[in-house]
Amino acid sequence: MSKRQHISAVVNGDPVEFLSAPGTTLLDALRDELGLTGSKEGCGSGDCGACSVILDGRLVCSCLVLAVEAEGRRVETIEGLADGGTLHPLQQKFLEHAALQCGFCTPGILVAAKALLDANPDPTESEARYWLAGNLCRCTGYDKIIRAVMDAAAELRQVRV
Amino acid sequence: MSQVDFIAPDSAEKASRALLAAGARPLSGGTDLLVQLRAGRLPPGMIVDLKRIPGAVGIRQEVGGFVIGAATPGMTLSEHRALGLAWPGVVEAANLIGSTQIQGRASMAGNLCNASPAADSVPALVAARATCLIVGTSGRRMTPVESIAVGPGRTSLAPGEFVLEIHLPARPARSGDAYLRFIPRTEMDIAVVGVAVNLTLDDTGVVLDAHVALGAVAPTVLLVPDAAAALIGSKLDDAALDRLDAAARAACHPISDKRGTIEFRTKIAGVLARRAAVIAHGRAEKRS
Ligand SMILES: Cc1cc2nc3c(=O)[nH]c(=O)nc-3n(C[C@H](O)[C@H](O)[C@H](O)COP(=O)(O)OP(=O)(O)OC[C@H]3O[C@@H](n4cnc5c(N)ncnc54)[C@H](O)[C@@H]3O)c2cc1C
Ligand code: FES
Ligand code: FES
Repeated sequence: MSKRQHISAVVNGDPVEFLSAPGTTLLDALRDELGLTGSKEGCGSGDCGACSVILDGRLVCSCLVLAVEAEGRRVETIEGLADGGTLHPLQQKFLEHAALQCGFCTPGILVAAKALLDANPDPTESEARYWLAGNLCRCTGYDKIIRAVMDAAAELRQVRV
Repeated sequence: MSQVDFIAPDSAEKASRALLAAGARPLSGGTDLLVQLRAGRLPPGMIVDLKRIPGAVGIRQEVGGFVIGAATPGMTLSEHRALGLAWPGVVEAANLIGSTQIQGRASMAGNLCNASPAADSVPALVAARATCLIVGTSGRRMTPVESIAVGPGRTSLAPGEFVLEIHLPARPARSGDAYLRFIPRTEMDIAVVGVAVNLTLDDTGVVLDAHVALGAVAPTVLLVPDAAAALIGSKLDDAALDRLDAAARAACHPISDKRGTIEFRTKIAGVLARRAAVIAHGRAEKRS
């Protein structure tokens, strides 16, 4: 058994330390070491996006990142999206538009949508659909998800001006 | 997941020494390596993360060309304005790899060294006449991109060797490139055929220089000199495009699989070559 390595990183703005075997994914470390179980494992092969997190400003699949790679890096997960008890506008719009059913894909889609709106506050519907092409949802048929994202984008633009 | 060890060396020389160990493997974005590891398809061994080596991530302009760190993710390529203006075909090919999440990690060097015949960025790099800086325990060498893959999943890299940089050459005025692939849907699929065309024109629109590369129609990506010769000296009239189409088809020796038959792949290679040539020509005319 390979030795566990000591990792220091910043997760949702907080410094964290944990031990991880070299072959452990960032997804497993988030869930099992740090108790952040919002990120889900749908496929474990980069296809579904349920494990999406933002690593040093880049949207990635945490199932395809080793936890040891996070040494000294910033990780943002779904747990950091709401501001304390106040939902992020994306979360609020997902509720209003009923953009989820079982909810398994939802954390990953919210994190991916947050990354989209950070990079492009005014996406076209087609840009939003392409950006989210790596997030699979087996329940909703995507339409309500896209409507919620477009609506949240509009609201966030209002807040900005 | 298989038992592995992990190091993230801070110099190319240390990485190269670590890669001498049996079963040691370089890690760039991990979008192939970690999938293989998780599927239990790799023997146990040392994973050598290249991303902490100076120069392994990032893009710099040098003597008119571009030097791209081996582990630079696709998203960083798409954000680089000058690179996109000079090499739109290379950038569009790299950006076809996977989803936004995959683009946050996947590199062209990983695409190249994974040695899939269907790797999307490789035909574009080959047509661009890109070269690689290889680091090994006995020093450094430059080699053309097309010399890396020798068969599906196999490379010419010696133990201890890895790609540190990809170099795109200086670009004459009135040059343009393009990459097209065929997949049955619009996103997230493996190329059935991929074609890259890179052209340089004179002031009147005549093709002075051309390079054509094909993906997924042979065990490795092919550079097709006959297809390039079909274009040189022409203004991309119908006769030249017919010659290109025929030369591209003649170079194919694909397999039949669930993605496409031999006949289909061969036919599509010709069609995509024509279309990519027209796009590259249009881009070249705009770049004075
Ligand atoms: C969901 C999904 C979709 C995908 N879609 C596509 C697609 O559309 N088109 C496509 O072409 N590919 C696709 N891929 C495959 C993969 O993303 C690409 O091949 C990618 O470019 C690999 O780059 P990487 O940096 O992640 O490589 P890694 O996984 O880090 O490495 C790949 C291989 O190359 C070796 N290696 C890495 N860097 C170096 C180096 N610098 N020197 C020597 N050897 C090295 C590794 O040891 C490994 O064997 C997809 C993968 C996933 C998971
Ligand atoms: S669990 Fe990571 S992409 Fe599906
Ligand atoms: S809501 Fe069930 S998978 Fe998306």
